[in-house]
Amino acid sequence: MAYSNKVIDHYNNPRNVGTLDKASSEVGTGLVGAPECGDVMRLQIKVNPETQIIEDAKFKTFGCGSAIASSSLATEWIKGKNVEDALAIKNTDIVKELALPPVKIHCSVLAEDAIRAAIGDWKKKQSASQAAPVTAEAK
Amino acid sequence: MSTNGTNVNNDVNGVKLPIYLDNHATTPMDPRVLESMIPYFTGKFGNAASRNHQFGWEAEAAVEKAREQIAKLIGATAKEIIFTSGATESNNLAIKGVAEMYKEKGNHIITAVTEHKAVLDTCKRLEKYGYRVTYLPVGADGLINLEDLKRAIDDKTILVTIMAANNEIGVLQPIDEIGAICKEKGILFHSDAVQALGKVPLDVNKSNISIMSLTGHKLYGPKGVGALYVRRKNPRVQLSAILDGGGHERGMRSGTLNVPGIVGFGKAAEIAMQEMPEESKRLSALRDRLMNKLLSNLDETHVNGTMERHLPGNLNISFVYVEGESLLMGINDIAVSSGSACTSATLEPSYVLKALGLGDDVAHSSIRFGIGRFNTEAEIDYVADRIIDTVKKLRELSPLYEMVKEGIDLSKIEWQTEGH
Repeated sequence: MAYSNKVIDHYNNPRNVGTLDKASSEVGTGLVGAPECGDVMRLQIKVNPETQIIEDAKFKTFGCGSAIASSSLATEWIKGKNVEDALAIKNTDIVKELALPPVKIHCSVLAEDAIRAAIGDWKKKQSASQAAPVTAEAK
Repeated sequence: MSTNGTNVNNDVNGVKLPIYLDNHATTPMDPRVLESMIPYFTGKFGNAASRNHQFGWEAEAAVEKAREQIAKLIGATAKEIIFTSGATESNNLAIKGVAEMYKEKGNHIITAVTEHKAVLDTCKRLEKYGYRVTYLPVGADGLINLEDLKRAIDDKTILVTIMAANNEIGVLQPIDEIGAICKEKGILFHSDAVQALGKVPLDVNKSNISIMSLTGHKLYGPKGVGALYVRRKNPRVQLSAILDGGGHERGMRSGTLNVPGIVGFGKAAEIAMQEMPEESKRLSALRDRLMNKLLSNLDETHVNGTMERHLPGNLNISFVYVEGESLLMGINDIAVSSGSACTSATLEPSYVLKALGLGDDVAHSSIRFGIGRFNTEAEIDYVADRIIDTVKKLRELSPLYEMVKEGIDLSKIEWQTEGH
């Protein structure tokens, strides 16, 4: 498999690797994929409740180089965006940026799913905390 | 193998990169083999089937010498060796040849789920033509259960086909015992011995083998040349040919012989015969060195297939919570092979590893190391260090490793598997 230079760069120097406190009300966690499929992405965001801006993003990925690169790139892109702009990111944008071959398109789909899942988790926490002061733990 | 990234075509600590550690896929040709072949491309170019001139006689003599050299390595006689284009053809000819020749006797074939695709897909094709095939399971050790074999045999069974050594996990099937069962029941026994040839001692009489598939390029010989051992007595085995033509190779395999290839295969067999005792000791030591370094420096790391009955140069290891292709990408100056779906054309993880009872997730995390004649201790040390560093780095990136370390049971999580 020949990888694009951008995939290799993200693989060698992954951006924003790490873990945020998933119990925090400001943090949304998305865990997508499955071990038996060979890809699991966990993408986390920390959102400023006033501005709705994603102030921090972290990921960890079990998967091939393209999956690692897709999630690394996703964290890079969503950091500093407000949540609605982050939701506008499409998997095809990731495919284009990383020059992913057809067999690796599912990696970009997973990265888009991870962004949506993280934002969805954060939104759920927001509505839950407005309804009652109980913390809803991310799965 | 990817050739991008660093360290390719450089020397590091006296180790020349990239390092070839995929000797189950193919082996580099031994220079002594190449030397033996060269005269047969130009000066001694004759057709071994030309009976009435010097050129033909020379070629025929060279082929007969190779037949002797190969026969000696498996305890057979030269007349029992027929040449083919490689192991895929040998396996096809053995199984289809028996199926057609013995169809009056029965239509049942027994094989194992971990056989090479050249055996499994041949059996699958025969099923379309009305043959019944039993696919024996293997245990976690990778070996078939002899009681399963005995139970599978019925009065229509004509052939048992079980490999000598597995190409992925390197385990050695109990061919002596299988042969004894087949002999007692009067059933032919074919063994794909491609990975075992020249690596471990083989004796067609001791193991009661009726037909054995062999190839040149897995034992430092040329590609494109294989052979089939076909027993001539006790009992005499006959095969229906697949190719119709000039009736070469006792009528079982028509086609002009690949004389230079056959000469090289013969030389490779002769070298293996002389050097196997020393070489298998050296390769086992290198293999154990690699295994011990990896296991003592990494947790959640498991060897696949029993080490009790194992090829000297094979090591198959699962680095759990690290995906195989990403591991290969991190060690792109080392040529190995992965059980990961991402490296295969079918996008399915290794059926051999799954047959051992490994989950898809662990199969995705597996690497096959194939150590061969030209690998050195310095290379093994370099490989071990690179693997250890890369696995550690990827586990820092792995959400699964982090979750397991936090005490989360991954099997309790509802993973979204649809659409992937």
